[in-house]
Amino acid sequence: MVECKNVVVAMSGGVDSSVAAALMVENGYNVTGLMLKLWTSECDHEANACCTPESISLAREVATQLGFPFYVIDTKEVFKQVVVDHFIQASQQGRTPNPCYLCNQKIRWGFLLDKATTLGADFLVTGHYGQIKKDTENHFHLFKANDPKKDQSYVLSGLNQEQLSKTLFPLGKYLKSEVRDLADSYSLRVARKPDSQDLCFVGSHGYRSFLNSIGSETAINGLIRNQDGVVLGEHTGLTNFTIGQRKGILSGFKDPLYVLKKDMDKNELIVGGSDLLNFTGITFSEANWIAGTVPDLNQNFDIKVRYKANPVNVRIVAIDEKSFRADFEYPIRDATPGQIAVIYLNNEVIGSGIIETVLCEGI
Amino acid sequence: MDKVYLDYAATTPLDSEVLTQMLPFFCDNYGNPSSVHYFGQIAEGAVENARESILRLLDAKGYELVFTSGGTESDNLALRGIVNSQNNDRNEFDLIISPVEHPAIDRTANSLEARENRKINKLRVDKYGMVEIDDLTSRLTPGVSLVSVIYANNEIGTINPVEKIAKECSKRGVLFHTDAVQAAAHLKISLTNSNISLFSIGAHKFYGPKGVGALIKKKGVDIIPHNSGGGQENGIRGGTHNVPGIVGFQRAFEKLDEKRDILFKKNMLLRDLIIENVLRTIPDTYLTGHPTERLPNHASFVFDGVKGNDLVIALDMAGFAVSSGSACKVGNPAPSEVLLAIGIPDNLALGALRITVGNKTSQEDVTRFLAVLPKTVSNLRKSK
Repeated sequence: MVECKNVVVAMSGGVDSSVAAALMVENGYNVTGLMLKLWTSECDHEANACCTPESISLAREVATQLGFPFYVIDTKEVFKQVVVDHFIQASQQGRTPNPCYLCNQKIRWGFLLDKATTLGADFLVTGHYGQIKKDTENHFHLFKANDPKKDQSYVLSGLNQEQLSKTLFPLGKYLKSEVRDLADSYSLRVARKPDSQDLCFVGSHGYRSFLNSIGSETAINGLIRNQDGVVLGEHTGLTNFTIGQRKGILSGFKDPLYVLKKDMDKNELIVGGSDLLNFTGITFSEANWIAGTVPDLNQNFDIKVRYKANPVNVRIVAIDEKSFRADFEYPIRDATPGQIAVIYLNNEVIGSGIIETVLCEGI
Repeated sequence: MDKVYLDYAATTPLDSEVLTQMLPFFCDNYGNPSSVHYFGQIAEGAVENARESILRLLDAKGYELVFTSGGTESDNLALRGIVNSQNNDRNEFDLIISPVEHPAIDRTANSLEARENRKINKLRVDKYGMVEIDDLTSRLTPGVSLVSVIYANNEIGTINPVEKIAKECSKRGVLFHTDAVQAAAHLKISLTNSNISLFSIGAHKFYGPKGVGALIKKKGVDIIPHNSGGGQENGIRGGTHNVPGIVGFQRAFEKLDEKRDILFKKNMLLRDLIIENVLRTIPDTYLTGHPTERLPNHASFVFDGVKGNDLVIALDMAGFAVSSGSACKVGNPAPSEVLLAIGIPDNLALGALRITVGNKTSQEDVTRFLAVLPKTVSNLRKSK
């Protein structure tokens, strides 16, 4: 008989973590549900803010229905320090950070994994769409999920061998539609709950409103110029913009204008036509290589520079131990400092890092 | 292995014989006690029989009993019912309470202060959470409407010198209420010659059903009803009687009276085993509440370097149901106000644990628990 393994399932009250829990129960694991109570700017009852009393009671209901214990763990302090403050600081520096990556790396697979281990769990289980495989030499590999539309390997790419060795992603092999069907088959009331969209901590009005509400220093008006220095108008604060953004700039021009650059020193937004949004490469820092060591860089990797970006072929060269330069096969338009660069080899995640600079020919 | 329940102060299992007594009042004798017909008369008879029996068991001559939905409602009825019967423009305190009250008292007092502009004063307690008589008398002027002090504390188990407090109040013509929800489940209480004006009790703490309790008050103490309705309970508490609950309350209280001494001794042996063992085997651990003047089934501690919530979760996963000082199911641990009031610092107060035993607790349960607790505490301390 196989020994009954203890697992902690990170619950959010949503369909994915609920089905993940149900699958673990069905497969004979000894399941405990934990929910992280994260920091929120406003703990309202809006759907999909994962802190709400409603989410807690939904998760509790699932746990009761499936017959395992469920607890809520206060994580506000560490989440605020590690994730939210970093998000605010990076935003004020004109970067476009990815808090989910950091949260996964430091909170879910830091604070929560530690807690789960202390409580006697052999594995941490989440409802993420990703896949982990162990090779014959006991090394762990992270792969994209089978559902290309739901694949979350981008935000999981900050994990290391130790973290992956204690993690199970039961949903990685399923399509989202199959997960909803599974939720139905388990009679989970959350089966048709909509997917969460925005960052969990910014509240119902989106992250720009959140940044403005906390008095982000850079949310002051400034000039908009084109790449030749000609003043075209005024912007409402640099944190309201990200590179490649078109919405909310200026209208009435012959061709649509895009954010090319944010000049933090002068508080100016540099804009231009789409033909000027040509980034030929990036540099990234704080590299995390899943294998634990720098891979053979003499290979044709793919890179994703945003969660929803299309992968592009890339050559990587080392700058120093933790910093690398990536040159794209062809120019792309949506690389932004602060976002995560994730390196793939086919469907396998090789590593990731934080984009420091974007390289371009135009400006 | 079976899970072990060590949280009898939260609630207790319903006694099966009590359930048997309750059952006919759901489907057979389902009449409304307020109805004129015979169905109603049977139900009314059961309610009145229960009232009389409970008053007799409390030796409460000269008292009357108002059935409520439980201890919290009884506390609300006592505080709001007395305080709101007074004018609101006096210079005296409307209400004096201790700083170690159950939230049913503490939050009701806060609400009276914030919403109804009542003047509330809080007593001092000693390091065991016991009210000091000198402190009480220094604050007690005849114009005070009501003093309310918990009989035995739910978090730290300390039993207050209730009769002494009541006597000081009575001397000055001040009404005295006590929340005896925990105490009545363990102590033999006699009201006839006491100076207690109002007394709250709830059935589910002594193997009775949830959702039923009573406020027992001296005849002649007038309270303003806060649940208006069909005039039940002499107009003090409107709403159709919870007949099966009231019958269960009565039978559970009768059975408690029969078995109280035996249960008391058995619980106390287990309690003392827990206290002695925990203090001896786990370093940096402190007993909270009075070492001897405490509920016979109640052991409570604070552990340095451990979060009570984590400890409760870890113990639950290991098969033991206990509680931390600040019962928190939504992940917002704040140090318990009771522990802060007895002078325990914030960080230590977060490491609270309460173990309460009862009729189904065996010595083996306790031995197993005591084998697991030290390891659990040291694991949590290491993980920091």
